[in-house]
Amino acid sequence: MLETLLDILSWLLLSAGGLFVFVGGVGALRMPDLYTRMHAASVTDSIAPILIIAGIMLQAGLSLASIKLAAILLFLLLTGPTASNALASAALLAGHFPEHAKPLDGESKQ
Amino acid sequence: MIVVFDVFLLTLLLITAFAIVQTPNLFVAVMLTGIFSLLLASNFFLLDAADVALTEAAVGAGISTVLFLGALALTAEREAAPSSNRAIALLAVSVTVVAIIYATFDKPRFADPGAPVHQHVAPWYLEKTREAVDIPNVVTAVLGSFRGYDTLGEVFVVYTAGIGVLFLLGKNTSRRQDDLDDAPLGLRHYLIPRMVGRMLIPFILLFGLYVQFHGEYGPGGGFQAGALVAAAIILYALLEGENRALRVLPRGLLKGLIAGGALLYGAVGVVGMLLGGKFLDYSLLSSNPVQGQQIGILLIEAGVGITVTGVLLSIFHAFATRGKF
Amino acid sequence: MELLGLYYYWVFAILLMTGFYAVIAKLNLIKKLLGLSLFQAAVFLLYITMGKVEGGTAPILARGSAEQLFSNPLPQVLILTAIVVGISTTALGLGIVVRIKEEYGSIEEHEILEIDRQ
Repeated sequence: MLETLLDILSWLLLSAGGLFVFVGGVGALRMPDLYTRMHAASVTDSIAPILIIAGIMLQAGLSLASIKLAAILLFLLLTGPTASNALASAALLAGHFPEHAKPLDGESKQ
Repeated sequence: MIVVFDVFLLTLLLITAFAIVQTPNLFVAVMLTGIFSLLLASNFFLLDAADVALTEAAVGAGISTVLFLGALALTAEREAAPSSNRAIALLAVSVTVVAIIYATFDKPRFADPGAPVHQHVAPWYLEKTREAVDIPNVVTAVLGSFRGYDTLGEVFVVYTAGIGVLFLLGKNTSRRQDDLDDAPLGLRHYLIPRMVGRMLIPFILLFGLYVQFHGEYGPGGGFQAGALVAAAIILYALLEGENRALRVLPRGLLKGLIAGGALLYGAVGVVGMLLGGKFLDYSLLSSNPVQGQQIGILLIEAGVGITVTGVLLSIFHAFATRGKF
Repeated sequence: MELLGLYYYWVFAILLMTGFYAVIAKLNLIKKLLGLSLFQAAVFLLYITMGKVEGGTAPILARGSAEQLFSNPLPQVLILTAIVVGISTTALGLGIVVRIKEEYGSIEEHEILEIDRQ
């Protein structure tokens, strides 16, 4: 009984994670600008690994594999948003501004 | 159900390969090559090749991307002209594809246990590993002990590539050493990548050591570990600047690592000879021959890891410190 | 299962020839090197595909298991070496490309041949 429950729960988590990955992919293709595309793609960096790895951890049970999976999740959660931040900084440095960005009062676009 | 994964990953491989050849922007092509390597590594894992998947991911997706980007920074970013002789090339390529596909109908059925390739030698190795070497990872046993000569040759190939790149790019003609101090200091003004990178580097190094010494018990070994340690130091060089990275691991030390690893491997072989056996005979390294084999594999994997780290770091520094930044 | 096996080999053939096409038809030297690494990756895929055994696992002996079907470890050893050799030759090739750029000022094959003829 508990096994079936765990199976259903992990199935739900994996499907939800897959849905968010799909949403991130569609967003990365359909969004108009670099920054909005990055924002959409970051969905696959944050919520999707949490759901997917949680689903797999339920399948692995309480074992060494679960600890390794938790370590992988921590690594992904640390490096994904950092990579997005570095990408956005690099884009700003290269002079690529958001489409409808207006300069702040008193500053000019440099 | 695994079939769906297989087909999906293979199709993604094809699409990525077409995109790599098609795109005129070289930067995009290099990034797609990183994605291609990761997809290939996933495919290898689905085909039960865990060691190979780890190596492909570490070396192909990690180090290869960095090297290509380093070369791109020194050359050009876009492809200037489209291809030449397109019709002849396409014709030759299509004919060959058709010929190979025609040949594949004669191959043994996929994953057939009775295929010729699984007879004679492979069952012998699977049997002998437990009694002669007694380590769980058969691939490391074959790589390190049964086919140790080939791995010695491989270490020397890596060594040759390292000194080859050092010959080509080692002499700084366009930048003097003092210029390095005026160079833009990595990503020092960007706080978030720098802090997160600083947190991660010790763990990447730790993972590299784990992979090195667990090569006998699970997927791992010297090559993957060397690539991981080199990746950690490259991350440090990207974040903190080249001059700091060269102070941490100076060029002389890297050259010592390159030669030292290969020397360690050769020394283990010669010690076997001096103790009365053949070259690379590990059984004599300890009173118990099986333990001698394990010690021998440990030592040579360490030699391999040291050389690979030194070579990859030297190549990275050769690319990174050249040019007029 | 029959068609899946054939699909693996067909993907190998197409990848092989895609890389080869990049080597012979593209003029940019770095594109040629990328094509070469595609070619090598296709060969790796072929060997590892041939090593798979139905119902087998990765060739890691677990304690105490006597009869267990393993996938063939020999192609994996060969391809492990081949991957490392491939990255070494790619690195050397990239070094040569950088030097060519410094000497000739261009990495397009037709421009280099043009400069050579003068």
